[in-house]
Amino acid sequence: MTLSTLWRSAAVVGALALGLTACSGGSDSGGDSSDSADGGSLTVWAWDNTVEPIAEQYMAENPDVTIDVVNAGTGNDQYTALQNAVAAGSGVPDIAQIEYYALPQFALGGALADLSDLGASDLDGTFSPGPWNAVQSGGGIYGLPADSGPMALFYNTTVFEKYGIEIPTTWDEYVAAAQALHAADPNVYITNDTGDAGFTTSMIWQAGGQPYTVDDTDVTVDFSDDGSQKFADLWQQLIDDDLLAPISSWSDEWYQGLGNGTIATLTIGAWMPGNLESGVAQASGQWRVAPMPQWEAGDSATAENGGSGLSVTEASANKELAYDFLHYATVGDGVATRIEMGGFPATTADLQSDEFLNKEFDYFGGQKINEVLSQSAADVVEGWQYLPYQVYANSIFNDTVGQAYVSGTTLSEGLADWQQKTIDYGNEQGFTVD
Amino acid sequence: MVTSSFRDLWIPAVLLTPFGGLWQRDAAPDVDVNICPEGVAHVTQTVPSALADPAVAASTRPGPRRRGVARRWTGWGFVGPFMIVFALVFLAPIAYSIYLSLFRQQLVGGNAFVGLENYSRALSDPQLWSAAGRVSLFLVVQVPIMLGIALLVALAIDSGRLYGSGFFRISIFLPYAVPAVVATLMWGFMYGTRFGLIGNINDAFGISLPNPLSPDLVLASIGNIVTWEFVGYNMLIFYSALRVIPHSLYEAAEIDGAGQWRIISAIKLPAIRGALVIATIFSIIGSFQLFNEPSILQSLAPNAITTSFTPNLYAYSLGFSGQQYNYSATVAIIMGLLTMVIAYVVQLRGMRKEA
Amino acid sequence: MSATALRTPKLRPDKPRARRSPLLTVLTAIVLLYSLVPLAWLLINATKSQNALFDSFGLWFSGDFALFSNIADTLTYSGGIFVRWLLNTILYVVVGAGGATLLAVLGGYGLAKFRFPGKKAVFATVIGAVAVPGTALAVPTFLMFSKMGITNTPWSVIIPSLISPFGLYLMWTFAAEAIPTELMEAARVDGASEARTFGQISLPLLGPGIVTVLLFTMVATWNNYFLPLIMLKDPDWYPLTLGLNAWNAQATTAGGQAIFNLVITGALLTILPLIAAFLLLQRYWQSGLAAGSVKE
Repeated sequence: MTLSTLWRSAAVVGALALGLTACSGGSDSGGDSSDSADGGSLTVWAWDNTVEPIAEQYMAENPDVTIDVVNAGTGNDQYTALQNAVAAGSGVPDIAQIEYYALPQFALGGALADLSDLGASDLDGTFSPGPWNAVQSGGGIYGLPADSGPMALFYNTTVFEKYGIEIPTTWDEYVAAAQALHAADPNVYITNDTGDAGFTTSMIWQAGGQPYTVDDTDVTVDFSDDGSQKFADLWQQLIDDDLLAPISSWSDEWYQGLGNGTIATLTIGAWMPGNLESGVAQASGQWRVAPMPQWEAGDSATAENGGSGLSVTEASANKELAYDFLHYATVGDGVATRIEMGGFPATTADLQSDEFLNKEFDYFGGQKINEVLSQSAADVVEGWQYLPYQVYANSIFNDTVGQAYVSGTTLSEGLADWQQKTIDYGNEQGFTVD
Repeated sequence: MVTSSFRDLWIPAVLLTPFGGLWQRDAAPDVDVNICPEGVAHVTQTVPSALADPAVAASTRPGPRRRGVARRWTGWGFVGPFMIVFALVFLAPIAYSIYLSLFRQQLVGGNAFVGLENYSRALSDPQLWSAAGRVSLFLVVQVPIMLGIALLVALAIDSGRLYGSGFFRISIFLPYAVPAVVATLMWGFMYGTRFGLIGNINDAFGISLPNPLSPDLVLASIGNIVTWEFVGYNMLIFYSALRVIPHSLYEAAEIDGAGQWRIISAIKLPAIRGALVIATIFSIIGSFQLFNEPSILQSLAPNAITTSFTPNLYAYSLGFSGQQYNYSATVAIIMGLLTMVIAYVVQLRGMRKEA
Repeated sequence: MSATALRTPKLRPDKPRARRSPLLTVLTAIVLLYSLVPLAWLLINATKSQNALFDSFGLWFSGDFALFSNIADTLTYSGGIFVRWLLNTILYVVVGAGGATLLAVLGGYGLAKFRFPGKKAVFATVIGAVAVPGTALAVPTFLMFSKMGITNTPWSVIIPSLISPFGLYLMWTFAAEAIPTELMEAARVDGASEARTFGQISLPLLGPGIVTVLLFTMVATWNNYFLPLIMLKDPDWYPLTLGLNAWNAQATTAGGQAIFNLVITGALLTILPLIAAFLLLQRYWQSGLAAGSVKE
């Protein structure tokens, strides 16, 4: 009744409105899911730009299937949308892209379907261990890895050449390089950092720390272990000596800094090349990739940074079809498309294929960067777990640990504060945390 | 007279609140100048205060006999459509929020009725009160500066002593047309100390301006964005109020030998008191509901703008990142009540001075 | 006081005797600069390519004059989605602001010219409701709309836009002033229905007030950000504000493409229509603003 009243008001306001509704309504079918006559239709929420072409490929091979790919926001925005849709019980997509750190939260909340019985339990060994562990939670498999982010050291070789500084292979050398670079030119920094939860946890991961242990709803949070403290001590030196550019990642200043030599290195996930090529085109030929610096010379430990998988939602009315597309996109022909578009795969077969390893990148001066990145994927330290409410924990990272970057608090104090707030929240939410 | 005008102004003041702030433009937009003649009436005592109750115009006239039962409900025919939609988009969600604020939903363990527990938690929540303190500071510093500039410019343009006053009027007003999202993105680019405008100035003059997005300065930087957005808007409100002051008053004053400053303090300012009070109340509500600007700047200054930087930001992150819908609703209701009380007190004081 | 005087209010002309003051002009010009410099920055930087944007002085032109290619890129990027957003925004403004104005005019007229049971309750509820922050209402509203099945559709943006408490108040005071009750009574004596009295007698007298309310609701709807952010998932239904923010956020993701030049050009294109509307309608609008209160 209200709606028809509104329609009448709309009509009073002007025919223009109706014309527009008609024209904008025509070009798109909206977000309807499933219930199509044959084959069926799927709604996919993904911000990754490779999903759309893969869906088109799939539809070309399966003409009776319709897939609607919707960019419902990047990362947190989409998680908010997904949580709201799940809470409301309507408008939930069939498939959603979810980063590894956020996956346990959705799995525990019952939002995602366990793919074990749909065929995912046969996929052991298909994916590199880091991502494959990340999509499993409490004995179930809640997604298939779409990409992965084994870490490596990206560096601007022209900066290092200009000042005659060696590429660091250990974290001690890294600090020395940071000091040398900054002393040579006060405008140059080894890297930028204003406090990033994903980076910090990945660094602790590489250092062998295990601050989170999760057993169903029994959770421990402890940043006093060796790995965490090694990282805190190292990074505190860089903060104390003002050796980190106070530029937030992903800002326009960051892209500028990567392009003009202000930011000399990034220790970041293997998905970074695509971002450099498109966002920092002017620095083509200047960047190279080296293995992640080590805590002990000669080691080869790495960690995962970022990366995401595709999951089928529990609310999906067409889970089998959804899984079929998922398999196609992450194990089947979709993988080739993703690699072609600059994505970094999680499938071991592709990571080890000659074609992949021997590809020369013009942007990186012809370097075969996949050799380094692929090796990193194999060297990821095992046993890491994220919290079943990591999205919230990460959201308060800058309230706590981040203060170490702008005030007198130390990183250790910040981590302790983060730990306490994370524990408090968990207990409030009904977990048993200590 | 004082009581009556107080009551009249209180109602409009809150009525004008822009839709809970965030859904539409959020700082201090929808101010109305209809109150100005009230001020004029007080000064001149020549114009009857017909606006005292708009309904009076209708109600004081005896209606014809036909005004029977049917006629009594005719008004609803006109007000009804507004109220139906209003109930849907305001009353129902508020009622739902109050309901939510009495429960607690956990990720593990489900939903439980907790009575007023959320309220007692909020009253002793240091994060909430430090956020409230921050917006209060913002209010005390930014609002007087913004309204002061707006008033001075309005007086300057109204004085007729400017070259090209029409150009001034429209140009200073233009920023109001810029959506808060765009304004914040724009200032965010400019605030960059390395490659932004601040960085350019540092390079050009060989100086080192402090980082506008550092924790010490970020509140001031947000204040600057809000001031930029709304100075012209408030200026136009004051200017419109000034324009309706009867010309004869100035002539009389000039005959009595009063100078410009005397005319401003004795005639103009009292005459636009109503507009000043309304603009102040709006700015209070805008300050307490501060959200868009800090929320968008957060990606550039993550450590300086915490998740509990303003009460509204706090309610947002509780509800969305933390999935604490119940507590988030509680925080919002408390802030709503607080805003009403403060606006009410300002209203009271603003009008009392006039007496 | 007559109705005619209200419909075409005459603003007091600048006093011809006042001496122009260079000093005052210069002082006011400082505020003028403050207001215009950021807009100039936006205009200048919309002429730069992504690379020039990064390595040139912010307040002067640099590199190739890329304004037109930027505009072309903005309009065609990602299959012309910007144009789609522009049309969405126009749809929301026309239906939302138009509907809001209509409801406010009807409601204000009803409040001003009729006594009816529960009138006091109308004041009280509208007063109390608007002080609660919108962020808090977002989730409950979302859940409700979701149950009604209208999230992720234009309705979820349009329906909340239909309420403008300010518009209601403005029309209420304006109608009380502008419409002489005698005129209405005369029409009723002639046997006109209430609808006819409203349409033929009252509506024409409300012109300036309607223009004012329309302009305010237009600005509010054009700039609407938070509510669409919660309600809409599908970029095909985004308004411009949300779309620009999405473009800005696009640089923040693996595989995402940084398009700051398009964000800046898009921002410029977003505010141009509103600025044009202000300039064209300013005479009308300012008279409407003052109209409710002119007493001569």
